[in-house]
Amino acid sequence: MNWTFFYKLGSPKWFYDISGRWLPWFAVATVLLLAVGVVWGLAFAPEDYQQGNSFRIIYIHVPAAFVAQSCYVMLAVAGTIGLVWRMKLADVALQCAAPIGAWMTFIALVTGAIWGKPTWGTYWVWDARLTSMLILLFLYFGIIALGQAISNRDTAAKATAVLAIVGVINIPIIKYSVDWWNTLHQPATFKVTAKPAMPMEMWLPLLLTVLGFYALFTVSLLMRMRLEVLRREQRTRWVREEMEKHA
Amino acid sequence: MSARTLEVDTLSCERDLRELFSGLSFRLEPGKVLQVAGPNGSGKTSLLRILAGLLPAAEGDVRYDGASIFSGQGREQWRQNTLYIGHQPAVKAMLTPEENLAWLCALKQPVSRKAIWSALEQVGLRGFEDVPSRNLSAGQHRRVALARLYLQPLPVWILDEPFTAIDKSGVAGLEQHVLAHADAGGSVILTTHHSLEHLPQVQVLDLREGC
Amino acid sequence: MRQVIWLLFRREWLLAWRRPGDLLNPLVFFAIVISLFPLAVGPEPGMLQIMAPGVVWVAALLATLLSLDGMFRSDYEDGSLEQWVVSPHPLSMMVLVKVLHHWLLSGLPLVLLAPLFALMLALPLNVLPVLCLSLLLGTPVLSLLGAVGAALTVGLKGGGVLLALLILPLYIPVLVLGTGAVEAATQGLPVAGYLLWMGCLSMLAISLAPLGIAAGLRIGVSE
Repeated sequence: MNWTFFYKLGSPKWFYDISGRWLPWFAVATVLLLAVGVVWGLAFAPEDYQQGNSFRIIYIHVPAAFVAQSCYVMLAVAGTIGLVWRMKLADVALQCAAPIGAWMTFIALVTGAIWGKPTWGTYWVWDARLTSMLILLFLYFGIIALGQAISNRDTAAKATAVLAIVGVINIPIIKYSVDWWNTLHQPATFKVTAKPAMPMEMWLPLLLTVLGFYALFTVSLLMRMRLEVLRREQRTRWVREEMEKHA
Repeated sequence: MSARTLEVDTLSCERDLRELFSGLSFRLEPGKVLQVAGPNGSGKTSLLRILAGLLPAAEGDVRYDGASIFSGQGREQWRQNTLYIGHQPAVKAMLTPEENLAWLCALKQPVSRKAIWSALEQVGLRGFEDVPSRNLSAGQHRRVALARLYLQPLPVWILDEPFTAIDKSGVAGLEQHVLAHADAGGSVILTTHHSLEHLPQVQVLDLREGC
Repeated sequence: MRQVIWLLFRREWLLAWRRPGDLLNPLVFFAIVISLFPLAVGPEPGMLQIMAPGVVWVAALLATLLSLDGMFRSDYEDGSLEQWVVSPHPLSMMVLVKVLHHWLLSGLPLVLLAPLFALMLALPLNVLPVLCLSLLLGTPVLSLLGAVGAALTVGLKGGGVLLALLILPLYIPVLVLGTGAVEAATQGLPVAGYLLWMGCLSMLAISLAPLGIAAGLRIGVSE
């Protein structure tokens, strides 16, 4: 197994160069996927049989929710890599991804609420999905708050890594208990979360927006990480040369 | 390579994204006292903390008896054989010196009450064994911490500024004790502002010089 | 090893009993929080009875959090924590002793005190054993998870509120199970399921939390 690739991955300069090359491609992909997906979904996809036009919001809600959840898992993975292999880039990734994940969760919550209004009549209902999203948002806030509270960057990275790992272990437990709680308190089996078999005209734009959101996440993450890498390595020669190039 | 030798191999230390020292290598044989010297901020305390196992090293390795002190069997052995006394004396204000020492020693190996009383006497705290520590001065707290040096016969001592807040006679007594420990085959690593270079057992490591 | 555990426990015990005020504070807090609810929503027994399981459990959560805040702080400040970390004995084991001690002095009194307040909140008598059992099984999880948070925030000034922010979301499963059990008991439904799940969470917490706590302490000490 070629481990040199893995160790190269830890070099901030290598990351900066490689991400510089990939970023334009990801940006283009993001714009294309989102433009096509969102327009198709919001304007051209057929109406839902039960919910009419309001269900179109899933083209934003579902991708945001997917990214929010995967991002948290990514935080835990990055945290583990940072703790076990002491890779600084993993620490940077953790620090930069957390706010993006939090924003995605927020978007998922807001779009979920917008979806709720025509469907249930109120903007907020304590159903299992929305409640789990809200708790996920709190978990994100916890990681961001802990990272902000510790001034030593190394210690902050390790502490948030441990917190992310603890969180990720708890997430399935929290999800199950919220689902259970929901069935206890809402006998009317109102399944907003039901995913009936969707015809292709409906799930194809959904696939596009999901991919688009992941691409958007990658672009934001890479941009934030590049900035943070420059900040951390500001005393090295390659950063100074880079700055002079753009001065 | 003789037994119980401490080997430091291209050790480097980073605090808060800043490099304190790098490429540090030295050997410490049993029977020697290593004085780590250097200006403030050069990484003396950090080096001692890395050796004690409190800080991770950015790069490099440290071996005791041939085994790395950072992992596995070597780490277990190292922890069992070292006594670390840092800047803070680890004395709880609500406990008496005797209770403090009972707990502190238990962390390595429990000791008897008689031994504790004898050690306290040797650091000049006779009669204070059951006084709540909040009624003792900072210097007396430090003496309680140093009493461990008289209690547990561990081979390696890592002492960070042990002479702070100790009066002249105390310093002399402690110096004697440290040298006696070295002569008996132990190793001592310490930082201090006192000059010890004239003593035969002492080797000086200056962190200021490039390594 | 057993002697070491005993000595550690004795140390915690001595420290706790030399400041008896600290032991009472979380319990008084518990009492005050519970008393706030009838004051806030009115003393009508029907309403109180519906709220009772939730109120008792939320008050227990908050009281536990309050008592956890300073768990490691004093040791951190006087250098004792460093000695814990460099000791050859497994840190996870020693930490478990500390958490056990904390639970005995804060979780267990809550379990014993809760029936009193449950009565004040118009909870029927036959439900009290379930309430106590749910608290008995749940408060260890609260102590263990909270200790992870306390370890991660050990050096930080903003302590208490930050700790709550980090740990309260993780308490939610315990809250759901605990209140679910009491409500089921009120309605005469079987409670074994809830309590068994709570027991599972306890087991999981006892095995995994010490690792997180030890990791957090090592990070705190390496500042």
